[in-house]
Amino acid sequence: MNFFNLIRIALRALQRNKLRAFLTMLGIIIGVGAVIAMVAIGQGSKQSIQDQLSSMGSNMITIRPNSNTSVGGGARLDATSLQTLKLDDIKAIEQQAKYITAVSPQVSGKGQAINGALNWPTSIQGVSPSYLDIRDWPLKEGVAFGDNDVKAATKVCLIGQTVVENLFSGGENPVGKTIRFNKIPFKIIGVLSEKGENAFGQDQDDIILAPYTTVQKRILAIPYIQNIFASAIDESSSTLATEEVSQILRTAHKLKTGDDDDFTVRTQAELINTFSSTSQLLTVLLAAIAGISLVVGGIGIMNIMYVSVTERTKEIGLRMSIGARGIDILLQFLIEAILISITGGLIGIALGITASKLITVFLSWPTLVSESSIVLSFIVCTVTGVFFGYYPAVKASRLDPIEALRYE
Amino acid sequence: MGKILELHDLKREFRMGTEIVRALKGVSFEVTTGEFVTIMGSSGSGKTTLLNLLGCLDKPTSGVYQLDGVDISKLSRDELARLRNRKIGFVFQSYNLLARTSALENVELPLFYNSGLTAHDRKERAVKALEAVKLAERLDHMPNQLSGGQQQRVAIARALVNEPVMILADEATGNLDTRTSYEIMALLQELNQAGKTIVFVTHEPDIAAFSSRTVMLRDGKVIRDSKNENVRSARQALSELPVADDY
Repeated sequence: MNFFNLIRIALRALQRNKLRAFLTMLGIIIGVGAVIAMVAIGQGSKQSIQDQLSSMGSNMITIRPNSNTSVGGGARLDATSLQTLKLDDIKAIEQQAKYITAVSPQVSGKGQAINGALNWPTSIQGVSPSYLDIRDWPLKEGVAFGDNDVKAATKVCLIGQTVVENLFSGGENPVGKTIRFNKIPFKIIGVLSEKGENAFGQDQDDIILAPYTTVQKRILAIPYIQNIFASAIDESSSTLATEEVSQILRTAHKLKTGDDDDFTVRTQAELINTFSSTSQLLTVLLAAIAGISLVVGGIGIMNIMYVSVTERTKEIGLRMSIGARGIDILLQFLIEAILISITGGLIGIALGITASKLITVFLSWPTLVSESSIVLSFIVCTVTGVFFGYYPAVKASRLDPIEALRYE
Repeated sequence: MGKILELHDLKREFRMGTEIVRALKGVSFEVTTGEFVTIMGSSGSGKTTLLNLLGCLDKPTSGVYQLDGVDISKLSRDELARLRNRKIGFVFQSYNLLARTSALENVELPLFYNSGLTAHDRKERAVKALEAVKLAERLDHMPNQLSGGQQQRVAIARALVNEPVMILADEATGNLDTRTSYEIMALLQELNQAGKTIVFVTHEPDIAAFSSRTVMLRDGKVIRDSKNENVRSARQALSELPVADDY
């Protein structure tokens, strides 16, 4: 009895009961399809969050002031009102840090922007020219401000797309125009390219960028800076850069060993990890639910195989009487179960991929069909076939030919 | 003439709870090549138990059974399966054809359990066997497209296909009307004349008349073993049947 013969026997047995074989398969098809589609949804949302976070500049490091808890008592202040970050810190980082390529201060204020009869509530951010590199944010039109503008605190600005749309009607070119922000006139020298929403749903294009000195002096009237943005050499060295920056700032702020940091250093990578782990959890949950349906499908196979063994007792008796050994019968039923689950698995994979594409097309949910989910679910359904097909097959192979032949 | 079957003091006992049922109480006879033996007996005579032993589906409690020179009591389950495949052709009362499977594939079935054969050999031998039972025209018919007699002929072809040393028929005409029974007997007689050894288990004395020898069982023992000097020709019996008016 060779293996090829067994496969042919099993195939013919399945052909004799096409509808039943298909219905049994359906459990596996739906199970595998669901696993692939669910994992694709999970992976897709993970990928889109990662993309969005990377769009903020993937090597970006954010330094925020932190309420220094070692200063006991008194009211704790809002982060923007904390004055612990200074321009000297920027200089210290620029001079000492080896893993930082660019650094920019940031101060921001809210207000009303006005162009003629049109006005729009937005925020202005004071930054240095390197901010655009850190954020990986090219200009759509015009030019960026330079170090001279920072030095002279000139009233120039770059505006985001949302501001353009709200302050300039009908394709008017904003470059060269002057708008007023909280009554202070700013000359628009460039327009930022569109960046879309960030991972938190904030519109990143609703912004005006100006030299930080201008914003500090003319709008906020503060000497300190609110945040520092920096760029690590690459994503992998962002942890090193974080430690380095912390050390530099601790020295600059004259913090003693044991004192808490009066600032917080965050990397984009950390944010990505936080969100990734959330969506990873989502993926696992979805896959688990889908996996349950795969197990149910497997139990369906077992159920049908048991029914099939009982129903085909006489056939088994006949096969034994004409020379089938126990192992031949066992393998026949096992191969039938495996064929059902493998065929079901393959159809399920096709279905899962199709479903993922349809979800993206009709629901606009991002999906990502991962190869590992295909390979894994295929292996799982093959194992399911073996596992759930084995016991019915053993039952069949142990039948007594005399009893089986007389079974009605 | 070689001996196909040798039975010596064959006993088979079953334990039913605390009771021991002795189905065969010492059966001895021999069958030589080319014989057409009917084994007769009423129900409870041990006929079925003997059939199971002869068919290598069961093993005796004691005694010797040699099939074509092989003592089956020493064989394992798998070796018995192999022996059934190579040496015995079963024909059952209820045909036992696989449903939704063509006549050709039904006949091929025993060959699937014989790994030495190619797909080509299988088909060739199956076609030859179906030709031998005069069903060459019906290779692709499913069992439900065939009459009872035709189904039994497919079953006989299946029994022949492995070129067994013996055809073992179990009430093979039990489900058939008289005319069709005679047709089947005529076919078996032809096969017998061509050299096949046939052992036919039945309880119909009518059928025994077509065989060359009758072994009569009662209460687990052989009570008569007689040569039939006057073998009735099934072909002739068929022609003597009144022309049926019901079909």
